[in-house]
Amino acid sequence: MSETLLEVKNLKKYYSSSKGIFSKKNESVKAVDGVSFTIEKGDVFGLVGESGSGKSTIGKTILRLHDKTEGEVRFKGEDVFSLIKKDLRRLRVQTQLVFQDPFSSLNPRIRVGDAIGEAMVQHGLATNKDVREKVLQVMETCGLSPYHADRYPHEFSGGQRQRIVIARAMALNPEFLVMDEPVAALDVSIQAQIINLFSELRKKNGLSYLFISHDLSVVEHLCTKIAIMYLGNIVEMATKEELFDNPLHPYTKALLSAVPIPDPRVKRERIILKGDIPSPVNPPSGCKFRTRCPIATELCAEKVPEFRDVGNEHFTACHYV
Amino acid sequence: METVKQLIYKEKKPVKVKSPSLWKQTYRRLKKNKLAMISLFFLIFMFLLSFVGPYFSPYILDRTDIAYANRPPSASHWLGTDNYGRDVLTRLMMAGQISLTIGLASMFLSIVIGAFLGAVSGFYRGVVDLVIMRLADILMSIPGLPLLLIMGAILSEWKVPSEYRLYIIMIMLSVVGWPALARLVRGQILSLREQPFMQATEVLGLSDRRKIFHHLIPNTLPLLLVVATLNVAGSILSESALSFLGLGVVPPTPSWGNMMDAANNYMDFRKRPWLWIPPGLTIFLTVVSINLLGDGLRDALDPKMKR
Repeated sequence: MSETLLEVKNLKKYYSSSKGIFSKKNESVKAVDGVSFTIEKGDVFGLVGESGSGKSTIGKTILRLHDKTEGEVRFKGEDVFSLIKKDLRRLRVQTQLVFQDPFSSLNPRIRVGDAIGEAMVQHGLATNKDVREKVLQVMETCGLSPYHADRYPHEFSGGQRQRIVIARAMALNPEFLVMDEPVAALDVSIQAQIINLFSELRKKNGLSYLFISHDLSVVEHLCTKIAIMYLGNIVEMATKEELFDNPLHPYTKALLSAVPIPDPRVKRERIILKGDIPSPVNPPSGCKFRTRCPIATELCAEKVPEFRDVGNEHFTACHYV
Repeated sequence: METVKQLIYKEKKPVKVKSPSLWKQTYRRLKKNKLAMISLFFLIFMFLLSFVGPYFSPYILDRTDIAYANRPPSASHWLGTDNYGRDVLTRLMMAGQISLTIGLASMFLSIVIGAFLGAVSGFYRGVVDLVIMRLADILMSIPGLPLLLIMGAILSEWKVPSEYRLYIIMIMLSVVGWPALARLVRGQILSLREQPFMQATEVLGLSDRRKIFHHLIPNTLPLLLVVATLNVAGSILSESALSFLGLGVVPPTPSWGNMMDAANNYMDFRKRPWLWIPPGLTIFLTVVSINLLGDGLRDALDPKMKR
């Protein structure tokens, strides 16, 4: 039916933070602590979680911007971390990243057209002669005007810059895009435009996305499959409909109950979580969510809940589901 | 119908506005800074004086004429003559050629070495960084002037002809100059390489060469330019100091420094101020102008700093 594009198996990423040269204690921040998921071709996989849950780290690690600590990432069956330089360059064409902050992800001293075109030339997708034409094409698909190509990034607004960043990524005609909170820095009306652009590009080019966000309403609009993260682990993963209609994990329930509904007459029960997300240096024993979970018991402190299939492509990690 | 269509067509005519390059924008801001512009024009004037001026001089550089020795400024010798009867103005212009060339060339050389080594060591880090930076540390831990003095003394001992000394002094000055620049560039690059736009170049799969020369170094260029400008002043001063001490450019080749040295006795100092005031003043004004221009450039390149 559908082919697997990206396969992540038990991915771990620890950052070590040594406390000076005289201290022997070496603490590590467990940013991503054993995450597995697969993305099929054409999927829009939403990765949702609060800040510090390791979403961006996953996004950057699977593109090999960071090294992994453990686990496996396979793109089209190839192990991303064992690629040699030449093959890595090939991977770079197929996968791209769109950053959260459109202000710092463009080099201030390079004209927009050059920024979009240089990778094309480097990978032999365009020659010095026809690069201009191809750049203008990509810019048009991303809703930019031709005269924008000769300007510098600081002459654009946030939304336009994000279009430029998207155009830069799209220039290589990738199959898979990692979106690291691409709309978080934009205001709502621009968010809508950019999200519509994503949908269009997906239809037109058959793209697959890993869409990292903390905004459930954006994810609901765009994604086909959603994973909820908490402190370096996926706590629940299901198709969009399944997740929104039938959330199982208490954390997911709390998140969904926090999504604002633009209707003051609707009454509903809010699940308020107490406290903050614990430190990833020293996570709670057992189920990491237990310190804030409304239904936690002693079992949760003792045993790590298994991430299991509860049917209907719905996975969750909780003892009481 | 037609007219409406035409109207719409007119509306849609593409706007063609190419933004001026960042250098042009910088020049525009620099133009507003009067002091910097005056300095710039003074420096251009000094260049013209030094490089074009000698062609209009009726005197030959090394022609001595004892009969005309030690004459005060007059209509035929505008700045008088020195104790060998040579025209001071002509010598001043020729000395300018040498001092400015040494200043610019040694700056250029130390920029090239410093920027390249700094960029490489900041970009690759690890062992490369360690080796380059320790080398820089070693060079920086040796005080500059004594080192130059010793090297100058060695050159005199070896009786290096005065034409060659010029080039050797350039190289000496850049050897002393590059570590500071390399450190500066390295620091900049260490902070730049963590910027999201550098991560973007990684994801885009750009080559290391492209990353360093198209993305990193252009971003350090503004700072580099300012430091380079100020460095020229430093080089001119060092060269003058060395030549004054008789260890830099040696007579008969004139330089601003050794022209002052020629007046290094009480009689010349008191009785013949035209021997030492002109070179002293040119050194002073040139260095001050370069510093003011550098300051102006800093403000023009970084408009965020001001206001």
